[in-house]
Amino acid sequence: MFSVETHVILALLIPLAGAIGIALANSAPNIRETVTLVTSVLLCLNVFNILPAVLNGIEPTVTLIQIMPEVALMFRVEPLGMTFACVASSLWIINSVYSIGYMRGNKEAKQTSFYVCFAIAIAATMGVAFSGNLLTLFVFYEALTLSTYPLVTHKGNADALKGGRIYLGILISTSIGLLLPAIIWVWTLTGTVDFVKGGILDGHASALITGVLLFLFMYGIGKAALMPIHRWLPAAMVAPTPVSALLHAVAVVKAGVFSVLKVVIYIFGIDFLYETGAAEWLTWVAAYTLIAASVVALTKDNLKARLAYSTVSQLAYVVLAASMATSMAVAGGALQIVMHAFGKITLFFCAGAIYTAVHKTEISDMRGLGRQMPITFIAFFIGALSIIGLPPLGGSWSKFYIMVAAAETGELYVMAVLLISSLLNIAYLLPIVARGFFYPPLGQVEERAPVGRETSDFSWSNIKEAPILCVIPPALTATACIILFFLADPIFKMIEPILTP
Amino acid sequence: MTGLSSQFAALVVVLPLMFAPICALLRGRTLPWAITTIVSALSFYVSIELVIAVNTGGPISYHMGGWAPPWGIEYLVDPLSSYMLLIISGISTGVLIYARDSIAQEVADKHLGLFFTAYLLGLTGMLGICITGDAFNIFVFLEVMSLASYVLIAMGEKYDRRALTAAFQYLIIGSVGATFFLIGVGLLYMMTGTLNIADIASRFSEIEDTRPARAAVAFLVIGIGIKLALFPFHVWLPNAYSYAPTIVTAFFAGTATKVSVYLLIRFIFTVFDPEFAFGIIQLKDILMPLAVLGFLSMSAVAIFQTNIKRLLAYSSVAQLGYMALGIALASEAGLTAAIVHMFNHAVVKTGLFLSVGGMFFMVGSVYLKDLAGIGKRMPITTFGFVLGGLALIGVPLTPGFISKWYLVVAALETNSNLGYALVVAIMMSSLMAVIYIWRVVEVAYFRSPPEGAEHKEAPLSLLVPCWMFILGSFYFGIDTTVNVGLAETAAAFLMGGAP
Repeated sequence: MFSVETHVILALLIPLAGAIGIALANSAPNIRETVTLVTSVLLCLNVFNILPAVLNGIEPTVTLIQIMPEVALMFRVEPLGMTFACVASSLWIINSVYSIGYMRGNKEAKQTSFYVCFAIAIAATMGVAFSGNLLTLFVFYEALTLSTYPLVTHKGNADALKGGRIYLGILISTSIGLLLPAIIWVWTLTGTVDFVKGGILDGHASALITGVLLFLFMYGIGKAALMPIHRWLPAAMVAPTPVSALLHAVAVVKAGVFSVLKVVIYIFGIDFLYETGAAEWLTWVAAYTLIAASVVALTKDNLKARLAYSTVSQLAYVVLAASMATSMAVAGGALQIVMHAFGKITLFFCAGAIYTAVHKTEISDMRGLGRQMPITFIAFFIGALSIIGLPPLGGSWSKFYIMVAAAETGELYVMAVLLISSLLNIAYLLPIVARGFFYPPLGQVEERAPVGRETSDFSWSNIKEAPILCVIPPALTATACIILFFLADPIFKMIEPILTP
Repeated sequence: MTGLSSQFAALVVVLPLMFAPICALLRGRTLPWAITTIVSALSFYVSIELVIAVNTGGPISYHMGGWAPPWGIEYLVDPLSSYMLLIISGISTGVLIYARDSIAQEVADKHLGLFFTAYLLGLTGMLGICITGDAFNIFVFLEVMSLASYVLIAMGEKYDRRALTAAFQYLIIGSVGATFFLIGVGLLYMMTGTLNIADIASRFSEIEDTRPARAAVAFLVIGIGIKLALFPFHVWLPNAYSYAPTIVTAFFAGTATKVSVYLLIRFIFTVFDPEFAFGIIQLKDILMPLAVLGFLSMSAVAIFQTNIKRLLAYSSVAQLGYMALGIALASEAGLTAAIVHMFNHAVVKTGLFLSVGGMFFMVGSVYLKDLAGIGKRMPITTFGFVLGGLALIGVPLTPGFISKWYLVVAALETNSNLGYALVVAIMMSSLMAVIYIWRVVEVAYFRSPPEGAEHKEAPLSLLVPCWMFILGSFYFGIDTTVNVGLAETAAAFLMGGAP
């Protein structure tokens, strides 16, 4: 119907137009929610309309506006960004359904501004995904930070204020203090900020400057939550759960690691980085973050906090993959963006469903809940297995590729780190499910049945699920985790061209 | 150019000067305001025409009264001065649209005629400084502007009597600055025998080794530095800005100190020649530390203010530090950064002061404690403030980002450890801007409004001009052909040598 370039622009405009529509429908909640749903479906259709062209090896390029001489706001859709946009836009539909169930179920205030900011944040995510140069990436990266700030502080109480301070403080100070100088430095060194296959720094920067630049980029992209600048992510958990689910398990954090991959592939260049060895320190930092965040997750009793630290740890996989700078590793990192998105959003959906149904936030209070909320807990179980990386779930592939890369480069300690991390994942995720099903609910004592005379704990009358709109989304995303196991190959094929010079 | 348009260079200054006394005779709220606005708009129109003329046909030299320079007074419109005219008259006109309701509330009716007289004289002074090609004439206009500004600041006494002491403080410090400037000009005259800037510039290389010439440089730089509120000569500025009526603050924040920045650039790059200023006497060694100390310390001080106008005033001193740094870097990129930041900061800061003015109009206070929950009481005005604040921080798509980009590029271009250190300092200062803006945001949105507080927006006559500046600033942050394009031309022109 339209040219591909138009679709690229529309990906930015549809959610923005949706935001305006939502604001206008302020007084009629049903119309407002319809606008949200229609917008999300339109966006998803639109994004998938770009997909065939990208699969055929075309990179649609659109110059929005020339901001400064030789520096323009520019979109160029390449396979990695395409993947990210597909994930974010399709999950937005499911998340919108969930938001409606959650926000109404919990009778939250200021719902209009919630949906408006949400739509703007999605627009910013699309901008990040399609950005054709560092400046565009930076513009939408900041827009994403600022548009999610009102969502994080949605509750407006002292906790929200404190969380918001940490959130904005870390994200803004790292991006303005480190990322922006890095971008300008790249510009003064090379005279361009465009993303070019194979990198642009080769021949312009010494090994030392490359190392410094890599440091500035990795810590400037605070959204990738590398330790010790990961604190904003747990702080962001004061937000309503739909925000934590889509933004702080998918859009925002993935924008971070996506930027890391983009910078490594298109600015530094995988080969250049591998030759200079400037990324070796990063492997260690990422490995440390991976393990340390998992250990911290073990100690958290608040479900959302545990999931947040789990996210920090899972994001480090992508950074680790980027730092190894081989095509196999980077492919694993790219797959991890997709797989983790579906797995983690399922877990957050479940956390929100539990909160909506029984208002529990602490894991120790969730004993026996699996008997009340079987669908939710089964979905949680599948999501958890995917995060851990067990077949036949999507998450197994990303870990597999990173593991292969580690074997290829002979970095045995990386393999050890990955193994330990998987064990830790099991240790902090599965007990939640086990407690849910095998323990009696809080305050009840189970009579010991003699061996061979056990009766089922399950009964229809016990079931007390969250509102239907909060239950269907996790069920859908959990199913998607299974389907993705069989879709890994097409995704890998799509990404492949950017990895081979 | 023929007919009236050949007189544009004179008209831009003469118009406000001629109408100033007329305003003094008028009574009522509307008439003096209307005349002032129309005159300012006319000046703005003429400035636009001059900018176009200069950028297509090269610098314009206008001989006042037909007397050829160096005997007569020459008005010289080059890329930099036309750029300044554009900023000054544009800001002035925008602020005046806002002024009608705002000033009627803040100044007694019987003083309104005089107020607008002083306003027009101030405008005359600023425009005159930028357009004249005669060093003594600059001093005259500097005094016209300063005297008018003392009056304008003192007009804030209806709400706060401290406006009087603020005006007096500025009077004393400002007079010292003006005197220094005059001594400097006098010394130059003694050595070269001319007051025409182009003439002085052409003879300066002959006298640059003499002691009087160097004394002249010292007097001029310090004199201008005082007027510019260059750290540590800035003490007058926060007081003056806090207690002056809203529109005076908004007008001066955008223009008055920028005029001094212009003078600094003019003397360093046209009169002294950069090779002398930065090569032989190393002016950089004074300017750069002062600039860096200025923006670091003033951003830090701004964090602790409880009065928003004062907070913005300290932020202004910090921003002037950026401009001084751009000059001190002594490169084309640095100069571009300084010039473009003059424009960008003028638009942004004026918009911010106007939105604070809207709050003052409705609430009657600019102290943070009285503005609790203002984001719920006046959502549109407050959101304007937040957007302006983002521009101060330097978020992309705002003009603050463009300025910062050029300044950092200029610092990195030096390719030295000093350059890297400067980048760190600039970034630290930006991050402090996040803190002082977010303090306001938190008060505005996270505290609940006091009991019984009215939920009412400022009238449209205030909202529209305020948002004009806010949206305008975003326009200049996205499409930079005007502000950056003209600034680059001006910088290239100045670095290219004497006119």
